[in-house]
Amino acid sequence: MKILIPFFAVIALVVIALVGAQASHALFGIWIPYAAVLIFVFGFIFKVLKWGRSPVPFRIPTTAGQMKSFAPWIKQNKLDNPSSSLGVLGRMLLEVLAFRSLFRNTKTQLYPGTKLTYGSEKFLWLGGLAFHWSFLIIFVRHFRFFMQDVPYPIQIVEHLDSFLQIGAPLLYITDVVLLGAVTFLFLRRVMMPQIKYISLPADYFPLLLIFGIGATGVLMRYFAKVPVVSVKELVMGLLTFSPVIPQGISSLFYAHLFLVSTLLAYFPLSKLMHMGGVFLSPTRNMANNNREVRHINPWNYPVHVHTYEEYEDDFREKMKKAGLPVEKE
Amino acid sequence: MNNAWKIVIGVVIGFVAVFGFPFYYNLGKANVAPKLKYDTPAILEYEKEHGKKECVEPKEFMAKEHMQLLNTWRDEVVRYGQRIYVNSRGESFHISLQNTCLNCHSNKKEFCDKCHNYLAVNPYCFSCHIVPKEKQS
Repeated sequence: MKILIPFFAVIALVVIALVGAQASHALFGIWIPYAAVLIFVFGFIFKVLKWGRSPVPFRIPTTAGQMKSFAPWIKQNKLDNPSSSLGVLGRMLLEVLAFRSLFRNTKTQLYPGTKLTYGSEKFLWLGGLAFHWSFLIIFVRHFRFFMQDVPYPIQIVEHLDSFLQIGAPLLYITDVVLLGAVTFLFLRRVMMPQIKYISLPADYFPLLLIFGIGATGVLMRYFAKVPVVSVKELVMGLLTFSPVIPQGISSLFYAHLFLVSTLLAYFPLSKLMHMGGVFLSPTRNMANNNREVRHINPWNYPVHVHTYEEYEDDFREKMKKAGLPVEKE
Repeated sequence: MNNAWKIVIGVVIGFVAVFGFPFYYNLGKANVAPKLKYDTPAILEYEKEHGKKECVEPKEFMAKEHMQLLNTWRDEVVRYGQRIYVNSRGESFHISLQNTCLNCHSNKKEFCDKCHNYLAVNPYCFSCHIVPKEKQS
């Protein structure tokens, strides 16, 4: 059930778009995309600002590398255990761009008998890297539909992505990699019992949705071609706030657009917010400088303390009578 | 203590600079889809003879599938020496980019390049073939 519900949800979305687009091009070509972008932008900002209001915790040193020591002969691991902002920047870049935390994944196995072993587990890292990078490149590549005069850097990305020169509309490497990686990430959840046990519909849905987006995109480019000039006209109409619905665009395009709209609207409500959240990982984005910089607890309230001076003021006469020394006569 | 200001900077960079880019990049630019010109001397002559303008296959097919057709043509000629193409109307054509396609569409700038530039497509036809001299009517 945990898999079937999101599976049929994605199928239903495709069917709704295929049927609905016949009824109203304007709804699926203009109003739903606009609404989805609004939900995405304001939902994202709302979520992130809500996070921003929460207090910053005490810095959590993780033991991935040697921390800065007072002993000069002990070498600090400046990337894995940074004590400066620059080091933190480096660690964050590695985390965001290369998923360094996933690279450290391990697996535990019991060998015959009771021998417990730990081994490296790189497949989630590799699959995640392939998926996210190809998704980013595909996103950047789509800017050729979003701009009137396509800037040169975007043309370079497009050119490199298709440099194998396979087929007539040239095959994009990232199309293959994305669909492959999404399939892998899905199968990983289905086939590994431990992962399957902890997977929820909210884990399967984004994978299936992105597979749907990729599949409709691939169909439109290589198999059931749509008139791209009209498609760009529609997209440019949306971006210049003077929407138009050109004739002759097939329902397949509207299905693609509807799935993307669903992804955008679903984004701020779901685990996909890790896109913003990764920057706020407390064990990654704070320097290990607990011994150099004092952490002031953000929810400290003023505590009334009774100092020795005040104590002496209260009991000075009695102390003198008892012969105790006082600091102030 | 919190780092809200850092988050605000991040949101501004993310949304205004990246996601907002297509919006302000297109500001003030009209949304004009390219219009192709079919008025070369060869096409006009063909129209005089046959009473209509037509390509080797219907226009809708050519708009969507010309790249695949050209690719098939190239493979047929280069790999199998097959120089004759029979279209859906049963007419035969000599397979040649320069002598058949570009004979009619001798206006690369007003024909091929229009859509290709609009969509930033860089086909590699002319890394082997010679770009024809422009003939305007």
